[in-house]
Formats: sequence, C-alpha cells, structure tokens
Amino acid sequence: MKKITNLKEFACTPDRFQGGHRLCPGCAHSMIVREVVNATDDDLVISTATGCLEVCSAIYPYTSWDVSWIHIGFENAAAAISGAEAMYKALSRKNKLYNEDRRVKFVAFGGDGGTYDIGFQSLSGAAERGHDFLYVCLDNENYANTGGQRSSATPIGAHTSTTPRGRVSYGEKQKKKDLTMIMAAHGCPYVATAIPSTKHWKDLATKAAKAISTVGPTFINALSPCTTEWKFKPEETTEIADLAVETCAFPLYEIEDGHKLTITYRPKQKIPIEEYLGRQGRFAHLFKPENKWIIEEWQKNVDEYWDYLQRREEAGV
Amino acid sequence: MATPKEMLTTWDKVQFGAVLPAFEDPEHKVRSKFHSYNYSVADWRVEKPVFNRELCIDCDFCWVSCPDSCFIVEEVENKRGKKQAKIVGINYNLCKGCGVCVDVCPTPIKSLLMFPEYIDNEEALKQWPKKD
Repeated sequence: MKKITNLKEFACTPDRFQGGHRLCPGCAHSMIVREVVNATDDDLVISTATGCLEVCSAIYPYTSWDVSWIHIGFENAAAAISGAEAMYKALSRKNKLYNEDRRVKFVAFGGDGGTYDIGFQSLSGAAERGHDFLYVCLDNENYANTGGQRSSATPIGAHTSTTPRGRVSYGEKQKKKDLTMIMAAHGCPYVATAIPSTKHWKDLATKAAKAISTVGPTFINALSPCTTEWKFKPEETTEIADLAVETCAFPLYEIEDGHKLTITYRPKQKIPIEEYLGRQGRFAHLFKPENKWIIEEWQKNVDEYWDYLQRREEAGV
Repeated sequence: MATPKEMLTTWDKVQFGAVLPAFEDPEHKVRSKFHSYNYSVADWRVEKPVFNRELCIDCDFCWVSCPDSCFIVEEVENKRGKKQAKIVGINYNLCKGCGVCVDVCPTPIKSLLMFPEYIDNEEALKQWPKKD
C-alpha cells in the first residue's frame, strides 16, 4: 500500500492519466481517475465501460492512458477485468509471467449507467466470484454521455431529458438506488464512498490505495458532479461536491468485510439541503411553491439516512 | 522470451500477460505523437488562468483539482530533506479554462486569476490586484 502523507509529496507522482482528453471543462471524472491511478505504485491494468470517460479519453488515434487499458462494452467492464485477473493468476501459476518481481493490480471504471443499471450483472457476478480487483463507479447521476437520460442513480426531483420538468411532471419520481450498501451486502472486503475535492483529496486517495491493496473485490462509489447535466458553472465542481458532503446528501463512509461501517468525515454543522439543491439548475423547479414537498421529502430522506449511518457505526454491526 | 520492452513496441508484438510498467521516472516517459498529451485543447477556452509565482504557497490544491492535469510541477527538496512539488507553470495546450484552479486557490490574494485569452501573461501580472 502506497503511503499517502501530504499533498506536496503526492503531487510528485508522475501522472498516469494525462490531460488532453476531451472531457467537459470542469469535469470531475478526470480528477477522480487521476487520484485513483496515482494512489498506487504497482502496475495497473484498467478496463473502462462505455461512457463519458471512455469516449473522451480514447478518441482515435489519441489516448490519455499511460497504463494497460481496455475499452469494453457498457455491460461488462467488471467481467473483462475479472477475466484479465483470472488469466494473470493462471500465468503466475504456470510461471509464465514476464516480470515476476512486479505486482499487477486490476481496476475497472464505470459511469453510473454502466454500474447501477447496465453493468450491474457483471459487477455482481465478479464480486460474487471473488476476483481481486477494484471497481470505481463515477457517479454523475445520469447518462451524461448520451444526452442526460435518467439512470437509477438519479435522485428524486431531478430534471433529466427522459424525466423532464413541466406542468405535469416534477422530474425524476424515484429515489436513488443505494449501490454502496448493495455492494457491501455482496460481502466485499472493502466498500467506500468518495468525492473529488481539495478538502477531501486525502480521503479519496487513501481509500483508493486501501482498496487497491486489499485482496478481493473492492468498490468505490465516487460522486462526480456533472457541469453539463447538473447545470452549474464549470468552476463550481469541487464546491458542489463539498456541499453534497456537508449537507449529508452524499455521506463519506467505508465498509470493511461487508459489515463494519466507519464514517470517515462528519460535517461539523449539517447544512440544510436547499443549499445543495439550489446551486444546481436541474433542481431549479423544486423551489416553486407547488413542489415544496419534494424538498421536504429530500431533507427527510437525507436525515433518515444520516441517522441510520450513525446508528450503524455506533452499533458496529 | 522477449523482454518487456520488445513486447510493448508495436501492437502485434504484444504477448499474453504483458503489462505496461509504471513510470517511476517522469524523465524517461516517452510520449508518442498519438498521446493526448501532445494534443491541443487550447481553442476550447475564452478565459485563461494566469499563475503568479510570487504569491504561490505551493499547497498543490490546483494540481489535485485540475481536471486536465495542466499544472507543471517540479520536484524539489524542502528544508527537512523531504521531496515536495513546486508548481512552475501551466501547460496552456491542455488547459480548457474551466476555472476550478482559481476557485480552490487559498491565498488571500489569489495566486491564480482568470484573464481574457487575448491578454499577455506579463500584462496580466502587472494588472494583478495589490494588497491594501
């Protein structure tokens, strides 16, 4: 496990995910990816599900990756990486590895569409078979690559292109699926949530380093504020991510061995959820008088979930 | 068996189980012309960040939050003999002008500010806000 002490030292790491990709200005995907791939000194094999990250980082003939990388279909990023890992194990059993003194780690990246919805079967299968890999979900709460359709990560009340706001509809009607807990229920040895921000950079980097060094299937759910579809200014990316944590809309926690929950960051004072919702254009219609009940519902959900996390941490089960 | 270097020369020579090694030494990193590092996204932006070395405290917040990895860092040793990163400039080929770096800069007078694309960097440094 790479020791991560302070940012000044961490910044000396040679980048393995380069700039020049065509993600939107202010996109949080590249912040997360860069921290994750820099959080280890071992060689990496990466598979990426179809999505913003894959489309923008590998436009022919250019590539942004300085690691072994494969683009695979929307539904099978976890299946591909578990296949590569199985082959690596088989080669090492037969003593056919070309570089025996180096360790190789396996990481898969997927958007929330490729993780929550389409790729869930392969992720569930790979976690159940117990391959040694890390899966990072870049959760921007919609299918941003194809024009902002709803996914099962979209929270209630959000305006997307398939759940538009208007006279009849108030946007997305379902709550967000709690994938982190579902992955913990698979019995994964390490499951965590993270955000890209300057305040919590160490949280993400240490979680990534821990997850990569843990043997067995590990999962990180990283919130990735999307400037285009959440409709905020590009420079506010890290502020929005910070607000998601400060309002407890996206609490930071980790779960070890499928049950031991630790909250890694507690906001000193919980900010009302309006602060987080009001900064994003996709929630602008919630501030009309007739939609007030949705904000109350939001606050209720957030409070209940935060309460549940705290009680679960106390109980230690 | 072929050495790792031979294996990774061209796509048709790659053998089963060959993995790209990590780059310990950034100096030895070879970037082909098809590496996106050599691609320019400079025409995306209308405003550019300008970096003022005199006000910078080397917190490296801009480095960690830059979505396009455009901050050029230099490895230096501090007083205690530990290595630390020193920001030396901005790679304007990679910068898309999103402004995240200006937003996260913690110094009282920001050491990074957005200026219109047509202003020269020296001119921008002259226009920098002064302490009262």
